[in-house]
Amino acid sequence: MPIIKQKDYKTWKKFDRKRDLQNWLCWFLGTLIFSFCFGLISSKTIWFYVFDSHNEALDLLGRMFPPETNYFFTLIKPIWDTLNIATIGTTIGTLIAIPLAFLSANNTTPSKKFIRPLALFCIVSSRSINSVIWALLLVAVVGPGVLAGIIAIGLRSIGFCGKLLYEAIEEIDENQIEAIEATGANKAQIMTFGIVPQILPAFTSISIYRWDINIREATVVGLVGAGGIGIELDAQIGDLAWAKVSVILLTIVVAVVFSEWITAKIRKAII
Amino acid sequence: MKDKKVIWERKPLIKNKLLRIGLILLISTYLLSVFLTTEIDWQRILEGIPRGKNFIFAFFPPDFITRSDEILAGIFESLWMTIVATIVGIIISIPVSLGAAKNIAPKFVYFFSRGIITLSRSFQEVILAIFFVKLMGFGPFAGMVTLSFSTIGFFAKLLSEDIEEISKSQAEAIKSTGSSWFQWVNYGVQPQVMPRFIGLSLYRLDINFRESAVIGIVGGGGIGSTLNTAFDRYEFETAAAVLIVIISIVMIVEYTSSHLRKLIK
Repeated sequence: MPIIKQKDYKTWKKFDRKRDLQNWLCWFLGTLIFSFCFGLISSKTIWFYVFDSHNEALDLLGRMFPPETNYFFTLIKPIWDTLNIATIGTTIGTLIAIPLAFLSANNTTPSKKFIRPLALFCIVSSRSINSVIWALLLVAVVGPGVLAGIIAIGLRSIGFCGKLLYEAIEEIDENQIEAIEATGANKAQIMTFGIVPQILPAFTSISIYRWDINIREATVVGLVGAGGIGIELDAQIGDLAWAKVSVILLTIVVAVVFSEWITAKIRKAII
Repeated sequence: MKDKKVIWERKPLIKNKLLRIGLILLISTYLLSVFLTTEIDWQRILEGIPRGKNFIFAFFPPDFITRSDEILAGIFESLWMTIVATIVGIIISIPVSLGAAKNIAPKFVYFFSRGIITLSRSFQEVILAIFFVKLMGFGPFAGMVTLSFSTIGFFAKLLSEDIEEISKSQAEAIKSTGSSWFQWVNYGVQPQVMPRFIGLSLYRLDINFRESAVIGIVGGGGIGSTLNTAFDRYEFETAAAVLIVIISIVMIVEYTSSHLRKLIK
């Protein structure tokens, strides 16, 4: 942090001249990239619609209010389905993620050359395909309904839980394992008494976190026919029944806030 | 007396016996009620298995060539969308995260900012995209607005948590020099949260790219549109190619961003 001498006084500056120049160059390049990208986007945009969007929004809000409150009672079953998709999907996902995580963690994998990359590939491909795309594929295979949603959420959760879990496994304390090993324990015993107790807290917090995310995801898999409240949302948007759509949106907000509250409560109780 | 063995047993996970049994009962009733209320059409699934097999085989071999220009255009559109949306989202979330930090903001600003965060976090990108597409028309602009909006919830929430944990003494030192509020934020708060800020930005860039693949399905532009078109035309070979491209780009982005994050740390 240089102090610059002017004629008759000193000033403090955060960076010296070189750093200033570098920063300025970074900002310049960043702005350049941003404007370039934005230019490409705007060339594909019909600006008339964009500038008109506030009118459209006001119009939409006008149609949404007042919400048709009676409609809420028909939503109870879809909400229950959504909850089930999230819960059962998370359970399936974490159950499959456990062996995968053990196979892909550096210190527990049976073979670093062959099995580890394979397991990592499973984890990455599950992570990079969004649950809506999974649902899109599964609706074609098992038919529209709650089951497709459960499997889609489950498949998407494998990657997320697997990644965080194998990172947790790689960070365990080796001394404890050695202590168990010294008692003459076999591999399975080392696993249950040496590794599992160490990753259990991470495991519970990961699965709860994923459940919270999955509540959100479960609201959209229905848009492609995989059950839950998304089916209702899709149908009511298709009918242009905006007074009902607003009820659905409010329900989703309440469900998400509720799930966040529960998650925070459980996390506090466990940790 | 001598024969009595002492056996060590692992402690149960939950100490309270009543709570343990209660939890098991609760979980089993829940599972039972799920099983009873979920309609699973086994007939349809049995029918679906051969159909699913055909469906999956239709994906092979992945066809990169026939629609290669569309795939390329889709990817680049996704990339632009991701970059612009991440930057716009972050710029908006800076004031929001300052407002959502308990130690900086007054009560009403705090609640207002938390409201924005909750709103943005409640809705999945796809739902937001449906509305923004309706408001602003098809194309990447609506997708960009969607991604920016959902970036706010994510970014501002995590950043505000970091701001709440800053060291007070450093911030106070700046304040005691008689700095203005803006100078205080710039010199007292910003340097402390900068590492987290960069890490989060890279992480969000990664997420935004992945999300850009789905908002195209509802008309938000990008590679998702290409994917959707491929599905609509029953060109599953092309769809497979698009999926493979998405997976490999996500892998590259994830690898570089985790590498960069390690470098910065």
